[in-house]
Amino acid sequence: MKFTWFHLMPYRFLPDDFKQKYHSVWVDIPRDLYDPKIGHQLYNEYLDSLEFADQMGFDGLGCNEHHQNGYGMMPSPNIMAAAMARRTSRANLVVLGNSIALYNPPIRVAEEFAMLDVLSGGRLVAGFPVGTSMDTNFCYGQTPALLREKYQEAHDLIIKAWTEKDIFSFNGKFTQLRYVNLWPRPLQQPHPPVWIPGGGSIETWEFCAKHDYQYSFLSFIGHVHGKRITDGYWETMSRLNKEPNPYSLGFVQTMAVAPTDEEAERIFAPHMDYFYNRCLHIYSGFADAPGYRTLDTIKYGLLAQYGRPTMSGLTWKEFVDGGYIIAGSPKTVRERLTEALKTLRCGHLMALLQFGSMPAEATRMSTELFAREVMPHMRGLWSEYQDRWSPHPLPAADRAKPAPVGGASAGRTSAPSEALASREVSK
Amino acid sequence: MKTQQSVGGGRFSVEVFTYGSGEPLLFLHGAGGVFEPDPALEELGRDFKVIAPHLPGYGESTGGDQIDDVIDAALFYHQLMDELHLDSAYIVGHSMGGMLAAEVAALDVHRARKLVLVSSAGFWMEEHPIPDFFAADPKDLPALIFHDPNSPAAKAMTQIPEDRELMAQMYVERVKRMTMAGKFLWPIPDRGLKKRAYRISAPTLLLWGASDRLVPPVYMSVFKGHIRNCTEVQIPEAGHAVIQEQPQKFCAAVKRFLKE
Repeated sequence: MKFTWFHLMPYRFLPDDFKQKYHSVWVDIPRDLYDPKIGHQLYNEYLDSLEFADQMGFDGLGCNEHHQNGYGMMPSPNIMAAAMARRTSRANLVVLGNSIALYNPPIRVAEEFAMLDVLSGGRLVAGFPVGTSMDTNFCYGQTPALLREKYQEAHDLIIKAWTEKDIFSFNGKFTQLRYVNLWPRPLQQPHPPVWIPGGGSIETWEFCAKHDYQYSFLSFIGHVHGKRITDGYWETMSRLNKEPNPYSLGFVQTMAVAPTDEEAERIFAPHMDYFYNRCLHIYSGFADAPGYRTLDTIKYGLLAQYGRPTMSGLTWKEFVDGGYIIAGSPKTVRERLTEALKTLRCGHLMALLQFGSMPAEATRMSTELFAREVMPHMRGLWSEYQDRWSPHPLPAADRAKPAPVGGASAGRTSAPSEALASREVSK
Repeated sequence: MKTQQSVGGGRFSVEVFTYGSGEPLLFLHGAGGVFEPDPALEELGRDFKVIAPHLPGYGESTGGDQIDDVIDAALFYHQLMDELHLDSAYIVGHSMGGMLAAEVAALDVHRARKLVLVSSAGFWMEEHPIPDFFAADPKDLPALIFHDPNSPAAKAMTQIPEDRELMAQMYVERVKRMTMAGKFLWPIPDRGLKKRAYRISAPTLLLWGASDRLVPPVYMSVFKGHIRNCTEVQIPEAGHAVIQEQPQKFCAAVKRFLKE
């Protein structure tokens, strides 16, 4: 069983009357609600949390891409991954991901992911989401009817750019390039593992099956409601005769651990309320531009996840009972999470251990308790399966080590690398 | 009368509504599609042979995946006219259909004998942005589209069937149509008509509902600035859905112009 510590990087200080007074947390959120000085503190606080998660033994550090969004301050997750690459050394960098239809030419994504893979010593997971309707259609102006076709083409180009040995020309409908020649190329061969974050489109499951990609269901509906989606995923895998390998499924779950159940409620309930009632206050007209979902998915009967009335106005008890959050003492969380992971057949958990307005100290406590008293008890889950979707980094001995900064060591250069010493121009 | 017409060697199968007889009048519908029965088209059918095809992707018309942009759409209409043996016709287009009608007339100036652009899309004025109807709350749509959101015409257009099955069908059809419409209108309904409209030589009527809140009448001035031979008419007590809201006045204005 593998665990990724996943950060959305929410703005923690939306006003109390946000829901009453403002139209939406996403797309048209007023820009003056964002204070860059607070943003400065938050980015650094959040990177501290991610670095702490690395120290605590999480397998992955997760980030994702959102635009014009009050609960996701990462228009470019690659920038955060780059920051993490230097100050972490163990955990994989799970970038879920880059909405590849948005980048013109999409070769930019192939390049940046290659950079991250090389910089981190082969620790990158490359996520290729289609992206939400809010991000792609409303914020980035993509024509809904053409988005998925553009996504497919971008995917084909990126994979080819990573794997083709020679310079090639690419004559696409959306992108034409005379000289595709990736420099640098990824460290992991043939390319970093690809994970496809999705929101429940049925075509995505078939796409994952076809390419043997990992599917990550990213949502805030939790393990009870999310089972409908993972069931659909497993049915598709079964229909296509794919191995029911739990590591091929990632799942986001909001969680919170405190010494006791009572303390968990006292400490985390206000932040859960902030998350669902301010962060997820999304105008429903932005949730699903006509053409964003295919008619097949619409007919499949999946409702738009965002803007659902059941997501707001819930009490702590309802959040817990409805599986939106798994919270409580380490024992409670262990029991509920084990059951959830088994029910979902999930081998890659995206642990959302910071949510809403949760400050650094609470996040740290919850993360530490989870790492020390929950995670170790689950490591054996799915041991009969092989995880074919995790990165293969360089052995520790072959990795570059950032030079220490500050204090007595200020100004010191990196220790000479054996890998480079024999190749220097002037020895 | 409704027929199904194969176009482009089977690339498209087109649902065509026809009304009456006389000189041909090609009607290009707006983003919503053709709404049957249409009293205005029936009335025009007394004087003309009204031909109202559903754009591919609308209703029973197939081949929507072959049309990505306004040029593809305009050439589709050229092909349809060829296969209906219409060298030219009076062309009337409403809203998105007006935008496409203008493209049809600009690409081949001999196609339109006369052109009627009704509450037409196609341009963007920075100082008069067209509201984002794709994101509009359904309950706000009548006020955006109609002069009187409480009129029977408005009520009829926004009625939702009680039967779940019918409602689901209607929803899927609406998504299908708006998906197509997005190819021309998303996110800004301007696809470069401003580069091509100078070619339009047909006498052109700009016909607007005086209280159009979606594409306000101020847009008539942009069309006038690009198209050399324009007549302007505004119909009072009519919004963007001027054809449904004031069918008699609409038909009278169209007939007067086409018979001049």
